[in-house]
Amino acid sequence: MRRGPGSLLLHAVLFLGAAATLTPLAWMLAASFMSPGEANTFPPRFLPQHPTFDNYIALFTRIDIARHFLNSVVITVAATLASVVLNSMAGYAFAKLRFPGRERIFRTLTLALVIPAQVGMLPLFLLLRELGVVNTYAGVLVPYLASVFAIFLIRQYVLSVPDDLLDAARVDGAGEFKIFREIVFPVIKPILATLATFTFLSVWNDFLWPLIILSESSKYTLPVALAGLVGEHVQDTELMMAGSVITILPALVVFLAFQRAYVRGILSGSVKG
Amino acid sequence: MSTILERQQARAALQFLAPALTLIAVFFFLPVIAGLLLSLTDFDIYAIGALDTARFVGLGNYRDLLHSTLFWTALKNTLYFVLVGGPLSVAISLAAAVLLNSPRLRFRPFFRTVYFAPVVTTLVAVAIVWRYLYHPRYGLLNHILGWVGIEPIDWLGDPHWSMPAIIILSIWKNFGYNMLIFLAGLQTIPEELYEAASIDGAGPWRSFFHITFPSLGPVFLFVAVTTMIGYFQLFAEPYVMTQGGPLRSTTSLVLLMYEEGFRWWRMGVASSIAFVLFLLTLGGALLQLRLRRARA
Repeated sequence: MRRGPGSLLLHAVLFLGAAATLTPLAWMLAASFMSPGEANTFPPRFLPQHPTFDNYIALFTRIDIARHFLNSVVITVAATLASVVLNSMAGYAFAKLRFPGRERIFRTLTLALVIPAQVGMLPLFLLLRELGVVNTYAGVLVPYLASVFAIFLIRQYVLSVPDDLLDAARVDGAGEFKIFREIVFPVIKPILATLATFTFLSVWNDFLWPLIILSESSKYTLPVALAGLVGEHVQDTELMMAGSVITILPALVVFLAFQRAYVRGILSGSVKG
Repeated sequence: MSTILERQQARAALQFLAPALTLIAVFFFLPVIAGLLLSLTDFDIYAIGALDTARFVGLGNYRDLLHSTLFWTALKNTLYFVLVGGPLSVAISLAAAVLLNSPRLRFRPFFRTVYFAPVVTTLVAVAIVWRYLYHPRYGLLNHILGWVGIEPIDWLGDPHWSMPAIIILSIWKNFGYNMLIFLAGLQTIPEELYEAASIDGAGPWRSFFHITFPSLGPVFLFVAVTTMIGYFQLFAEPYVMTQGGPLRSTTSLVLLMYEEGFRWWRMGVASSIAFVLFLLTLGGALLQLRLRRARA
């Protein structure tokens, strides 16, 4: 196998690609530490001349971004916890419990995978309006709680748990909830980590639904607040970049911490199924 | 004995399933069906105040869409994004995966993580970042293009460049996702196939088209269908970067649906746009499945 010029070219191309991929994020970070106006100079600067935290300070004092950060955290954490509990229970039932109509119900659910979420969004908004939960955390949370994709993910994993393990517990007289809590839950932890990471990232980054259901600025999540800010502060490039950093950073940190779990989720949906 | 056990299990199943299935039924399937009905009414801002003022108009909204230039523009823009952006994005994912799969590569985990990083970033935030990168005078992109002698481009201000600009951002944001899927697919291809081809004198291109590409068949179909479904839902990029302009050149179907439904409160019309989107997505998925089957 040739190891000389071909290998060098391969690495050169990939390093160039990595540089190109990171440049937008690196520039965002650099510009967030620039003084007002510094990001709009010709020729453009790659690094701040006198790095400053002023943009971050302004976000927390003038714009109260802590409020939006908190909104995002509360909604995302609540959605993640609920999703893990509700979907793992349902996924387990489809995998291991026998009941009439199991296959038929499961097949009906697959329909949901080909229907774009936007189709139901307008009536969902009207329904939640009738229920009086527009512009509340509860209203935002509703579509995140249970998901067909998540139920599939869990079911597929639970299928690999040996039946003997469950039957032995049943013979010992354990109830189904006890079996689930004490035997199944610990065994399926890896896939629960996957589901939690998936839910966290998709809810944290979601835009259209919170934009629709939240009407007051004090309730906005980070992405919605940021999209609103860019309207008023489009000239404040450095400020907007600081806001983008604050929005993106938690997602990147969660991804890096749970990379393996997250990637497992991507692959279980594609290569196996 | 077994019937008691069966009954116990069925009862337990009901308790395990009830919360998730109730939520999905009430907050997903019910709204989807209601959406279909809504698209057959003239539900507007007055109906928001008093639901009973909405009237049944049959296929009237769909007929109006066919006569609306804005709808055709949005449809054309969305198809542009799906048919150009989708394949380009898949091609770059595949190229990156093939390079990353090279046995001679070092630092593979590093490259994989870097290429994947944009996928987990917040779309709204990176769209704002790219809005500045695309600035015709101060933007980094034109500056870098200037190094190789390319004249400044008014990316977001010129209707011919606005959609390409959104496509470039989307490729940057998304290619890492399909790259990982392709990479996993590539790793299932036995090394012996390549060795045999190499002995027969096949170069890297012939190996790619005769071994890699056919072996990836099912993975490719999955990637093509999911990418298409995702690309049909274009919304946040134009919302944040161009507000659908200039000259409506980046108004997508979902952006139009959002404007009709939540800016003008014409929920009936907006629902009909959502259903057109659904039918297009479904049609595209079925078409790709059929093409695949015809070839196999």
